[in-house]
Amino acid sequence: MTIDWAALGTVFGVSLALTVGLVGLFTLGIVALSKRGPAGEREGSAALTTSGAYVCFALCAAAVAYGIYVIVA
Amino acid sequence: MALEAITPLLAIVIITALVFDFTNGFHDTANAMATTISTGALKPKVAVAMSAVLNLVGAFLSVEVAKTISGGIVDENGLKTEVIFAALVGAILWNLLTWLLGMPSSSSHALFGGLIGAAVMSVGWGSVNGGTVLTKVVLPAVAAPLVAGLAAMLSTRLTYRISKNADAKATSTGYRAGQIASAGLVSLAHGTNDAQKTMGIITLALITGGAIAPHSDPPLWVILSAGTAMALGTYIGGWRIIRTMGKGLTELAPQQGFAAQTSAATAILASSHLGFSLSTTQVCSGGVMGAGLGRKGGVVRWSVASRMAVAWVLTLPAAALVGAGAEFLTEQGTWGIGLTAAILVAGAAVIWRLSRRNSVTHANVNADEIGTPAAPVEVEPVIIESPVAEATARPAAAVQSPSA
Repeated sequence: MTIDWAALGTVFGVSLALTVGLVGLFTLGIVALSKRGPAGEREGSAALTTSGAYVCFALCAAAVAYGIYVIVA
Repeated sequence: MALEAITPLLAIVIITALVFDFTNGFHDTANAMATTISTGALKPKVAVAMSAVLNLVGAFLSVEVAKTISGGIVDENGLKTEVIFAALVGAILWNLLTWLLGMPSSSSHALFGGLIGAAVMSVGWGSVNGGTVLTKVVLPAVAAPLVAGLAAMLSTRLTYRISKNADAKATSTGYRAGQIASAGLVSLAHGTNDAQKTMGIITLALITGGAIAPHSDPPLWVILSAGTAMALGTYIGGWRIIRTMGKGLTELAPQQGFAAQTSAATAILASSHLGFSLSTTQVCSGGVMGAGLGRKGGVVRWSVASRMAVAWVLTLPAAALVGAGAEFLTEQGTWGIGLTAAILVAGAAVIWRLSRRNSVTHANVNADEIGTPAAPVEVEPVIIESPVAEATARPAAAVQSPSA
């Protein structure tokens, strides 16, 4: 009987890194979106936060797409 | 394939396998949708419908799992059709009992347990590979909640820190959307994994019964019926288990639900594709607990968690015992098979009747108090005796140490 510690370790590390990374990224995106809009903010910085938010969401969407790819493959 | 090769026994096995698939569906709806429902990201009915559709889609995506069904836990050569039937009876009865108690437990472990019990009764201990049981069942069962729990806990902390100064109302929509996406992935992965287990069982039965050639892929009608049975089960929704996971273990805010579901999705996908398979049920429960611990002042109801752990430990031996008993009966000949089928139907009917005493439905799944508790107090059928009453409302003990 052999226990594949390497595979278990990889699963542990990958799950941890991906989860924390994705949750962090997504949170940055929604926080950025929630901050845009209120009065007093300059046009330019608002546009910057918004596009930053969309970059975060795009990366998360890519991760979901990769997830689906992994399921299908 | 030759239809005339489908004997009455084979037909019974196929029907039983589909019933198992159905119980697997409603047992595991909670994995994908419990937190989505409890945080209000989706309405209960919408959530189970979405999960059902994705399960069905998932069933058609791949047949890789179906080809390696019992995963070497029992020796498949010389496995008789009755043995498969007995194994399924054990797995179904255990699934129904744990559902009655509102306990999320692994349907795969129930199936493995049933197979082991029936195979031992049929051919003896030599047919079971103890090392494989340890590496494929016991170790993953311990590792799964740890992996997902730690990931969920850390990411919950992170997301609270980042969104500290943000308007909670504005962000909660975002969290809900993220949670729905993760839950969708879990459903899809579940369809590819678990529906295929049933396809594998039916295919195995067809091969041992001589209806199709060895090493065949599952026929289309097998894929179709297995996917449909599971989707139906998912749509019916195991509301008792959804309640335990979504509200019983801990109270979840949208942030936590999102972290829990994302950790579950990543851990499931990582595990099934990096060669160390983890049980979906245990991954998801671990994720929920981790998310509960990750919030400042968050609590996990350890009384519920420990009952759940007991259910996990008992799953394999209990299903094995029933499987062995069923195999003992089916070995007696046709009347034994008939009797086993009758016992299965009667057992299911009794459990269903007991569940009516305090039914949990889509309407009251999130209620703080259900006229009766989420899992029965007055019903104390065998094995797990303590009530799951806490599942209804009050936080038990504050938890400081991240010992998940």
